[in-house]
Amino acid sequence: MATAPIVEIDRVSFGYAAARPVLHGVSLRIEPGSVVGIMGQSGCGKTTLLRIIAGWLKAGGGSVRVLGEPVSTLDSKGIFALRRKMGMLFQFGALFTDMTVFDNVAFQMREHTDLPPDLISDLVMMKLEAVGLRGAAQMMPAELSGGMARRVALARAVALDPRLMLYDEPFTGLDPISLGVIARLIRTLNDSLGQTSIVVSHDVEECFSIVDYVYFVSAGKIVGEGTPDELRRSGEPFVSQFVRGEPDGPIPFHYPAPDYEADIDGGGALSSLLVAEAAGG
Amino acid sequence: MVERSGVLAGLLQGLERLGRGAGAKIWRLGFAARFFAYMLLHSGTALRRFHLTIREIYFAGVLSMVIILVSGLFVGMVLALQGYETLQRYGSSEALGVLVALSLVRELGPVIAGLLFASRAGSAITAEIGLMKATEQIAAMEMMAVDPIARVVAPRFWAGVISMPLLAGLFSAMGIFGGYLVGVKLIGVEEGAFWSQMQASVDVREDILNGVIKSLVFGVAVTWIAVFEGYDAPPTAEGVSGATTRTVVTSSLAILALDFVLTALMFTGGNGK
Repeated sequence: MATAPIVEIDRVSFGYAAARPVLHGVSLRIEPGSVVGIMGQSGCGKTTLLRIIAGWLKAGGGSVRVLGEPVSTLDSKGIFALRRKMGMLFQFGALFTDMTVFDNVAFQMREHTDLPPDLISDLVMMKLEAVGLRGAAQMMPAELSGGMARRVALARAVALDPRLMLYDEPFTGLDPISLGVIARLIRTLNDSLGQTSIVVSHDVEECFSIVDYVYFVSAGKIVGEGTPDELRRSGEPFVSQFVRGEPDGPIPFHYPAPDYEADIDGGGALSSLLVAEAAGG
Repeated sequence: MVERSGVLAGLLQGLERLGRGAGAKIWRLGFAARFFAYMLLHSGTALRRFHLTIREIYFAGVLSMVIILVSGLFVGMVLALQGYETLQRYGSSEALGVLVALSLVRELGPVIAGLLFASRAGSAITAEIGLMKATEQIAAMEMMAVDPIARVVAPRFWAGVISMPLLAGLFSAMGIFGGYLVGVKLIGVEEGAFWSQMQASVDVREDILNGVIKSLVFGVAVTWIAVFEGYDAPPTAEGVSGATTRTVVTSSLAILALDFVLTALMFTGGNGK
């Protein structure tokens, strides 16, 4: 069955400054109902890609269609209308610190709907139950652990049942238990609410355990794509270095520097470094 | 020859830097003006859902009351001491009430209350909005299709504009009470003369209304600077602390400069007629 993709990006380029492009010629398709990972090193352009999908940044070239809408040509009203069908989980949750957990989850319902308070209360409790935090409804964000805050933020992001969920580094800074919980929630919420999800991450194992398909981004280009199993067997040098976490490969261990001997012969400040290195080795 | 061209190059470089700096400042001023216009246009939410603004009035206004009342009391007490000292030399110590009331209502009430408001509430507004930005709360709100200027900035702005004249009024009232305590109760100026001369000399339009206008203008200036600095702060710890400092410095200077302009317009013009 040929269904229209939820996100369709075609040869998109982007740069904050003309001299330093962040993305060049990126194309990808995200099918309805899937959980898709976008992986790569820090600074490779994956968060930029997510921001282009959310209509935050305008692509410099190419076309971006999200939920059937051409994002690059929408005005701010159109972008806001589109975002009401999207949810986003921020890296550290970004909960409103002056509101209780309950009010955080109720925020969008109160802003965008005229639902009576009783109904909002029921809906909030259902969302909190789904992430296992109904008992924390009256707590303030400062009282929550990192993992709990991330779960509340997840409940808030899915409050209005978005069709597309965007996750920006959802696993960063979590203990193994919270990490497992968040990973499982991303998958179960996606399947039970009939969503489509995009997970931007550099956490190989957790990401591979829940996604259907992965795109690898390096230096602003898609360098590999496939299902997790295909990628584990991939011969593409960057993908195999990334998946196995090897220190050297196409991404070199050394930051570009002038000739080593030239620095060593000069002595001075660098000579103490050399001594330390020798002692360590 | 070589040296001269070096000097010339240095001069040109300096001029270029000056020009670039001035250009950046003017651009920022223009940006602040556009921000102000956008905020006014998107004030519907703050005024329609007035409980959002009332909550901010509590934080900016009610919580500033202690410092305003205490400062007002002391300023009034000092005014009475200093005023009595001078007035009694000319044998007109019963005019103490007028002196205290006019100084407070025309000048000290709006100006000192404004300065205190800038450092107590203005800095808090900047820090709060700046930290909301640094912790991605503003971004999260935009992502939830809620305009943060309408939802976060405008209620704080209107709360400041509403609170400021009320605080200045409280400051002046408390100051007059302080003047009464020192002048009448402590020094022994005749109570009847103190109040009746004050009543006879303070004009509602010339003095009180002009004082209220001043405090309203200060309220707009301080809160505008505070919300703009917060919203424009770089999302880092240094960025927010720098913005908070700038709020206090800029709004204090703005209050003093505006006070001169308003006084020149209001009182000299009025008395000259």
